[in-house]
Amino acid sequence: MKYLQLVWAALLRRKMRTLFTLLSVVAAFLLFGLLDSVRGAFAGAGSSVNGLNRLVTISKITFTMQLPKSLLERYRAVPGVADVTYANWFGGIYQDPKNFFANEAVSPNFIDAYPEWRLSAAQRAAFRNTRTGAVVGARLAQQFHWKIGDRIPLQGTIFPQKDGNNTWTFDLVGIYTVADPKQKAQENALLFNWDYFDEARAFGNGSVGWYVVRVADPARADAIAQAIDAISVNSDHETKTQSERAFQLAFVSQFGDIGLIVGAIMAAVFFTLVLLTGNTMAQAVRERIPELAILKTIGFTSGSVLGLLLAEAVLLLVCGGVIGLLLAGSVAAGLEAAAGFVFPPIVSSLAVWARSLGLMLLIGVVVGALPAYRGLRLRVVDALAGR
Amino acid sequence: MNTLVHLQNVSKTYTRGVQKVEVLHGINLDIAAGDFVALMGPSGSGKTTLLNLIGGLDAPSGGSIDVGGERIDQLSENALAKWRSAHVGFVFQFYNLLATLSARRNVELPLLLTRLSGAQRRARADIALQLVGLADRAAHKPGELSGGQQQRVAIARAIVSDPALLVCDEPTGDLDRQSAAEVLTLLQQLNRDHGKTVIIVTHDPKAAEFARHTVYLDKGALADAGVRPAA
Ligand SMILES: Nc1ncnc2c1ncn2[C@@H]1O[C@H](COP(=O)(O)OP(=O)(O)O)[C@@H](O)[C@H]1O
Ligand SMILES: [Mg+2]
Repeated sequence: MKYLQLVWAALLRRKMRTLFTLLSVVAAFLLFGLLDSVRGAFAGAGSSVNGLNRLVTISKITFTMQLPKSLLERYRAVPGVADVTYANWFGGIYQDPKNFFANEAVSPNFIDAYPEWRLSAAQRAAFRNTRTGAVVGARLAQQFHWKIGDRIPLQGTIFPQKDGNNTWTFDLVGIYTVADPKQKAQENALLFNWDYFDEARAFGNGSVGWYVVRVADPARADAIAQAIDAISVNSDHETKTQSERAFQLAFVSQFGDIGLIVGAIMAAVFFTLVLLTGNTMAQAVRERIPELAILKTIGFTSGSVLGLLLAEAVLLLVCGGVIGLLLAGSVAAGLEAAAGFVFPPIVSSLAVWARSLGLMLLIGVVVGALPAYRGLRLRVVDALAGR
Repeated sequence: MNTLVHLQNVSKTYTRGVQKVEVLHGINLDIAAGDFVALMGPSGSGKTTLLNLIGGLDAPSGGSIDVGGERIDQLSENALAKWRSAHVGFVFQFYNLLATLSARRNVELPLLLTRLSGAQRRARADIALQLVGLADRAAHKPGELSGGQQQRVAIARAIVSDPALLVCDEPTGDLDRQSAAEVLTLLQQLNRDHGKTVIIVTHDPKAAEFARHTVYLDKGALADAGVRPAA
């Protein structure tokens, strides 16, 4: 511990240079923290138990292709299925396209499939009984200052009404909340009655966007998913049934192979970081040859000089890395709060921290190795003579 | 009279590429405990090389070096480092202080290798600074001190672990007359009042006058008179 002052003294020798090096480390690990969280969420998609009792059935061909509503009764008949609901993506705009939020036409029992949404019995009933009724999440209501009884007009982007009118107006009859702070993003949605939607829309009548199937026993989810997909096999509407979570991630995965992208970006970032800090460290040690010679002169062994130089690099990496990850944590929290339905939960998990810490140590050692070796080999008499 | 430094037939050969250059030839030299010796000679005569051998910074190519009863030519690199920390203080022409550390922290450096507590290290460093007349500059960084003051901090660093031997390579080479005289007087005091054995390398006959004895080195060999009283 008493040697720490020497490590600090070395780092403070050129404050600006150390600061800039530190900042590049911070930036690298901020990026790493964010990207690794995302990658982790994708990698863990198959293994999570969360939401496993809800399966989502979509068209096998593409997410946006509709399925016949007639499948509903057949799904209900599959053994082990507790309940089946369905929904259509509406994609309506409230006032301005910038006000993006999820809005969907849903079956009367849709909300019952999501016990984590809190909605009073009275409002639940009102939703079932009001043809033009809609419920919204508390966050959304707060954002647009909506209250029960308000009329909310949405501009259809996909579905006009039969009479050519593109404005759909809904009566707000309920506001739901989500207790889990990590799931608060789910409050950014507006749901309205599918029956009203289906009767009024100009085309696509009698088809649904996706089914949500509740299974009684999550352990049998795989078998049930297969049974459901078997129903449509060899038809013109083959289906793909997966856990809700896998479905959400698949939605985002449309944009590319997340693991590969993250890996490539991070490889580039860390490669640059190693070059940058490695060069800086080498330069710093070159300037300090006389000081290192003095340490050896007064009795520091070559091994302890090596240790000091390595510690310097590792300390710099760990300080920058921890700051970067803490920043990543708060940025991730911000993203989580702002993200819509379909984004994976972004968390700075223990696994991310463990991986990052390993990387910090590894990069620290790699970056410090060359200067440290120089320190190890340094011959006092030559260094003192300026050779 | 106790002999502190005993060199017998010491030679040193440097290899430059394929060429071997012997820069010290068969040196025999005894220095008594408590002596103050000035090592003089033309540039390139091997003064620094000899001083580094006596201080255990380098190993001879031949012969034996005994300092305070220890055959230091037979020690391993790490053992030599340990030996240096306990028995020798070094002062160089360029003070080689750590720029970001205060004078006190610089003086404390050698004590980091001991088992002393932080408070004990600090107390010892302050005593050493007091000895060199810089008690009031303990908190200053090297950049805030004059050349002469920095060299005195370096001397405090050299004596803080109370070594028997001080080796100084042109300690006044970078100083003006006034500061040089102060530094030499300080070395004289350490020799006279604290019993340190001091060896300095110098070009300057005026500086040599502060020593009790002078040794002349020429082309890697001692002038035949060997150790003789200063003029
Ligand atoms: N590490 C070394 N490698 C090669 N030659 C050296 C080395 N150190 C010293 N020399 C040579 O040895 C001779 C004596 O050097 P030195 O002891 O520094 O002389 P002085 O201190 O008397 O000026 C010089 O010719 C110098 O060039
Ligand atoms: Mg010299």
